[in-house]
Amino acid sequence: MGLVESGKLPKPLTKLLNISRKYSMWVYQWGLACCAIEMGAAFGSPRYDVMRLGVIPFPASPRQADLVVVSGTVTDKMAPAIRRLYEQMPEPKYVISMGSCANCGGPYWDSYSVTKGVDQIIPVDVYVPGCPPRPEALLEGIVLLQEMVANEDMAAKWKGEPLVVN
Amino acid sequence: MTAISERQQRAYIASQAADMRVNVELETEGMTLNIGPQHPATHGTLRIIVKLDGEQVVAADPVPGYMHRGYEKLTEVRTFPQVNSLINRIDWLGSFANEVPFILAAEQLMDVEAPPRAQWIRTLLFELSRIANVTLFLGDMAVQLGAVTPVFYAFRDREYVLNLIESATGGRFHPNFDRIGGLKDDLPKGWIAETKQVMVKVNAFCDELETLLVGNEIFNLRTRGIGVIPPEVALSYGLSGANLRSSGVDWDNRRDTPVGLVYDKLDWKVWTHPDGDSFARYWVRLQEVREAAKMVIQLCDGLPPGPIMAKVPRIIKVPAGEAWVATENPLGEMGYYVVSKGDLVPFRVKIRSASFNNISIVPWLLRGVYVPDVITILASLYFILGDIDR
Repeated sequence: MGLVESGKLPKPLTKLLNISRKYSMWVYQWGLACCAIEMGAAFGSPRYDVMRLGVIPFPASPRQADLVVVSGTVTDKMAPAIRRLYEQMPEPKYVISMGSCANCGGPYWDSYSVTKGVDQIIPVDVYVPGCPPRPEALLEGIVLLQEMVANEDMAAKWKGEPLVVN
Repeated sequence: MTAISERQQRAYIASQAADMRVNVELETEGMTLNIGPQHPATHGTLRIIVKLDGEQVVAADPVPGYMHRGYEKLTEVRTFPQVNSLINRIDWLGSFANEVPFILAAEQLMDVEAPPRAQWIRTLLFELSRIANVTLFLGDMAVQLGAVTPVFYAFRDREYVLNLIESATGGRFHPNFDRIGGLKDDLPKGWIAETKQVMVKVNAFCDELETLLVGNEIFNLRTRGIGVIPPEVALSYGLSGANLRSSGVDWDNRRDTPVGLVYDKLDWKVWTHPDGDSFARYWVRLQEVREAAKMVIQLCDGLPPGPIMAKVPRIIKVPAGEAWVATENPLGEMGYYVVSKGDLVPFRVKIRSASFNNISIVPWLLRGVYVPDVITILASLYFILGDIDR
């Protein structure tokens, strides 16, 4: 991918790459609390069936994943493990924070042991609100992320510049 | 939950090696396997450090605390209705069942009693949350053993029950429907008929799983005689719920210590199994889902008319005193010890959740088993991390 590194990627090629990335999103499920069950319902149940969106929820390890869904309460004891997981994922990588607890602490906003928001340790692309969000809400979050991926400038992302979303 | 000391462990390995010819020939040495903190086989974030000798477990040390959210401290700064919304999230699969003992304890302190209709609807929703909880176990246990299909069935049929809970309470997962002195609302129109239809589906799901799994030879080989808990050991570790009943101990809080709910007016049976192995734990839970479906139909038929809320002041101040109420939740005995000083907030709440005691047997139970059976045993004990760590 010398073209991407040089920053001279032609627009049609960018679009093609983005479409293929968008529809082959491998999701690592980092299920922590109540939201993990709703995530399981969204990914594993016949009613919601996430694979029709081109999302494959069964990578064997974070090293094969493009997207991680952090769903549930992040505690201070858990936070280093999440950070380590995120660092193991290959670029380009995306994060969905699912549920109020992962977004901002949720009902445990004054607890001594809960990290108030997973965005304190890893960058988050899409926040899905709710306690817990319905499976439909998670699917909406994935669709929003796919829109974001479709409009990305690959070369800018490669160089680590801030994202330009048209 | 202390691991055995290094010296004891070395002695144990040496004795095992002497017993097993293959170990003498291959000279295996101890190895540490870390399961978790995030692992699909643990229903959440339980970490288990397993010390192995070849394929055999020498010592297992569960490390809880990855989901500790400080419930007991948080309840001291929340008013009683706010505590109610918070404790939904302890055992997140059967949320309504968490509210009931706390509300009953507060009602004991305030000396109010819910009207009969509210008690019946409480029992009804309690059993529905049991079905929603245990159906997922029935599918999930099969996934741990390598059969993927049953979990799809479980999620499919669980959705029907969740829809019922949602249409009655407004909350799909966390209803927050119970109030001190009664319930928030009455049941919606047409709900009873719909519930009876869903119970037919639940029974069909149980039959389906019975034909798929219980008679299945691989399932039997993987679960029969694996993780046997004798009754006296189960009692000494404080096990409760289906884990205790599958060891042959005939104990059910619904029947033996009835508080506030109407189980004594229903026709039902406490199932036990003499074996105490993983299969027994699966089988007992399967029968419990059927029994719960039976109870739900009886509750629908016998629902008395009347108000759903007793006379309770708008701002709830619970008089000073102490109360302990325990009910038979889907995972086992769950109790709240509430101490009030006559304030808006409880002074102290001690939460006795079933899973914490249920996994305290893990170091004893895993000693000497093989690695694949670790997953079987953990799945069959059926814990939920929120219920362990609170």
